[in-house]
Amino acid sequence: MKPGEVAVISGFTEEETSAKLLEMGFLPGSAVRYNYKAPAGDPICVSVSGYDLTLRIREASTITVII
Amino acid sequence: MPVSAKQEQIALAGKPNSGKSTLFNRLTGLNQKIGNFPGVTVEKRTGVVALTSGQHLLIDLPGTYSLYARTPDERVVAEIFADHRNEHYPDKVILVADATSLKNSLLLLTQIIDLGLPVVLAINMIDLAAKSGQSIDVKKLSFALGIPIVLLNARSGEGIDDLKKILGGPIQPSSRKIFETDQEFLPTVNAVRQKLLLRSEYEAYHFLQQSGHIPDADERQYVQSEANRGGFYPGKYQGAETIHRYKYIQDLLNEVITRAPDPARKKISHNIDRVLTHRLWGYAIFFAILFLIFQAIFAWAEVPMDLIDTSFARLGAWLNSVLPTGPLFDLLSKGIIPGIGGIVIFIPQIAILFGFISVLEETGYMARVVFMMDKVMSRFGLSGKSVIPLISGWACAIPAIMATRTIESWKDRLITIFVTPFMSCSARLPVFAILVALTIPDTALLGFINLQGVVLFGLYFLGLLAALLTALVLKLIIRTRERSFFIMEMPAYRVPAWKNVGYTIVEKTKSFVFGAGKIILAISVVLWLLASFGPPGEMERAEQSAVNHPGYASLSSQEQHDLIAAAKLEHSYAGIVGRSIEPVIRPLGYDWKIGIALVTSFAAREVFVATMATIYSIGSAEDETTVRNRLASEVNPETGGPRFTTAVGMSLLIFYTFAMQCMSTLAIVKRETGGWKWPVLQLLCMTSMAYLCALAVYQALA
Repeated sequence: MKPGEVAVISGFTEEETSAKLLEMGFLPGSAVRYNYKAPAGDPICVSVSGYDLTLRIREASTITVII
Repeated sequence: MPVSAKQEQIALAGKPNSGKSTLFNRLTGLNQKIGNFPGVTVEKRTGVVALTSGQHLLIDLPGTYSLYARTPDERVVAEIFADHRNEHYPDKVILVADATSLKNSLLLLTQIIDLGLPVVLAINMIDLAAKSGQSIDVKKLSFALGIPIVLLNARSGEGIDDLKKILGGPIQPSSRKIFETDQEFLPTVNAVRQKLLLRSEYEAYHFLQQSGHIPDADERQYVQSEANRGGFYPGKYQGAETIHRYKYIQDLLNEVITRAPDPARKKISHNIDRVLTHRLWGYAIFFAILFLIFQAIFAWAEVPMDLIDTSFARLGAWLNSVLPTGPLFDLLSKGIIPGIGGIVIFIPQIAILFGFISVLEETGYMARVVFMMDKVMSRFGLSGKSVIPLISGWACAIPAIMATRTIESWKDRLITIFVTPFMSCSARLPVFAILVALTIPDTALLGFINLQGVVLFGLYFLGLLAALLTALVLKLIIRTRERSFFIMEMPAYRVPAWKNVGYTIVEKTKSFVFGAGKIILAISVVLWLLASFGPPGEMERAEQSAVNHPGYASLSSQEQHDLIAAAKLEHSYAGIVGRSIEPVIRPLGYDWKIGIALVTSFAAREVFVATMATIYSIGSAEDETTVRNRLASEVNPETGGPRFTTAVGMSLLIFYTFAMQCMSTLAIVKRETGGWKWPVLQLLCMTSMAYLCALAVYQALA
């Protein structure tokens, strides 16, 4: 995904990380918007369920999305 | 704190940044106490709140999104709520929610409802939600959840009286059950519930889910065997539960949120972020803020510090003049008073630094710093969240190490704890100040840059460099399979609540004064004892030989007094220690007198100046210029030149930059890491680094 894009979460590839992601509101079926990335390229800032969250690219890469 | 059987306990829970602390301060005022939860190192804030039904104990719990804990802070919340036998199991709960992000604020609430706890939902930051155009049908929400709800603006105090009124009366637990245990596991859950006499099905469910954390060994074994028998795998159903709960919350919110927030407001925050996290401006602004903080710690704090310094010197001198002579009064005027002065003098710097950090956190800027620095820090085995402890380390390592608790990954946290003491804390400053002034030539580089300033700045930079490089080494040594997480909410920008800033300053300063203070004071007294007494007869012989010294009679009475004091010191217990370590420190350019100061400053660095003052027989250690003059005139008997040459000075400066010389820090590291292994390693690593670097510097310069 590129900054500014919106996608729908379809699932997770890693169970361990998914538990935390789910708690933070990354729910399958909800929309996620990629806002911007940190100056060094990692982590990134996204909007999901109506608020802004930051996460590392490694964590974000365990989320599968449909654009 | 012992809790009387009758006093009702009210717990304050909620996700991070929901304004819990602001509400806590509102409800209790200055009537609060900071301690630790039993057995763990999580800070516990309790206070007394006066309600119509009497005085109640309010406990501020660490922020968490759910009962499934990942950090020690979060575990405390799970232990208190999901075990009704816990000492702090509350009679009532206030769940603080953030009105601007209700969805993830309510996850914990649904768990608390399922546990059957009487809870009030306090929807905070209602002003921000109103500004964004959002409106909530509170009656409907309250009916649907079966619990009382209050709308709050904890900053302005709006809604506080309503909340107090509700808390003063009886609160019934909700009759709703949001999460139903899967039919398959119902027999297992019910068996655990009946055997352990648990209050709700969900409490039993949690015992099964988090069975690894049950404190009692027999119970743990029972629950685990029961889980095995029923085919229940802890943690496996957590995702399904969370999805179920969020579905419930979303359905509920769709009904009660009558107008959705206007997305345009988010834009403003994103636009500010575009500047503050810009690849160029972002770092430039961050370093400008750091510079400002530095300036404040060193320049602004000087005035109150000087004031404290002279007041304590005067107090000591005054006591000395009014009290009769005798060892006990000597202890008071030369041991205890300078000891207390040595603690109080750091208050301005610590207060200023924590004032700044608190403002940066309150405004939401700190979250951006963490965001910007994460990548850089992760190269060194640290996390973006390590930035706050490292910056705090410039004031004092003790609160800095306590601030590492927000770091979720144990490895990241351990490394941060390990390297934080390399950051040059304010206790090093008086040592640096006197040695730089004494041994570094006061010349200008390129016409306008002061060499002494450059050296001082260089030492701070060296400390930071040592911290980062040590972290890098540890990153390679410590192996872990644990995943580090960096998922956090980016709070909206806002004007700081000044009251909260004030409370933070008072709290942090208090914890320094009473934490580190005790040790510094104890050391001052012990040092005084060691320096004042010696093996029987030795001291008298020393005094006699000083008096018999040729030319003694021609000295002024002050000089005679100094000579006797110096001779006595050399034969005191402290002097014996100093002379016995002399062979070890001679290659660094130090003599036995510096040795005494080194030994005593292993308890606390700042004791160095006071020790040097005592050793070089000066009446009062408080006046730095006198200490400096005395040190400058000290002659090295071997060379005939001054004792404190640039080589000796640099060697000492390097030693103090790296060495682990703070008992309070070691004590806190032991507490935070749960054993002696890490503090001992830290002591050995830092001190050997200090010794080797100081040795290299001295040998190169001498």
